[in-house]
Amino acid sequence: MARVAVTVPASAKRGEVIEIKTLAAHVMETGFRRTQTGELLPRDIITDFVCTYNGVEVFRAELHQAVAANPLIAFTTVATESGTLEFKWTGDNGYVATHKAELKIV
Amino acid sequence: MTTRRQFLALACGTLAASELRAQLDPNIQAKRKAALDAAISKVVGDAPVRAGRVKLDVPPLIDNGNTVPITVTVDSPMTAASYVKAIHIFTEKNPQPYVITAHLGPRAGRATLSTRARIADTGRVIAIAQLSDGSYWSDTVSVIVTLSACLEDGLI
Repeated sequence: MARVAVTVPASAKRGEVIEIKTLAAHVMETGFRRTQTGELLPRDIITDFVCTYNGVEVFRAELHQAVAANPLIAFTTVATESGTLEFKWTGDNGYVATHKAELKIV
Repeated sequence: MTTRRQFLALACGTLAASELRAQLDPNIQAKRKAALDAAISKVVGDAPVRAGRVKLDVPPLIDNGNTVPITVTVDSPMTAASYVKAIHIFTEKNPQPYVITAHLGPRAGRATLSTRARIADTGRVIAIAQLSDGSYWSDTVSVIVTLSACLEDGLI
């Protein structure tokens, strides 16, 4: 199971802009590095990240080799209703990681 | 008559020069520029990119190029009528200049994106924002990198 860490406030006022920080544990191997014997290390990166809010996509990112290892992605969204935020990372070699967070409107 | 000193100086000079030639591609600057232009035109197409409205926050002096915090903020009301569609980040001297593309919408509330990038060498970092009206805005920051990322072999 891929390890991820996501920071979402537990509750927010309606219409408030909340900041979401996400981190996924991943080496993000660029495909440009070589081993000591000169063989090229194959590329192994996270290529896509999607955040959905009650099933509606609110943020999407395409990542490339130049994103640092353990990619951090921080963005904002408007708290419109109580519900679930779902996060999904997909990458090379069938990498998939998902995370869910509950947000309550007070 | 060649003295020992002259001979040594000449030999060392020739050796050093050939070593450098072997390591560095003579057209590296042109190649990097072409790679950057190709990456940007792939995103932007023929549309003009204007400077302004975008604020790119990168430390000017980077100790470790492997993790460089980058924050992009775009001046936009983020309403259904006028919002930022996408934010793209490029670096000038990486073997592959494309860093990240973020797709936003009016539901983002604020047009900001924070991430961490790898930067191979001292050079420019470019952020381009695509607005809902189809215009492109950009900000460029020059950074100095002391410890490079991905420099173990050929640069391009």
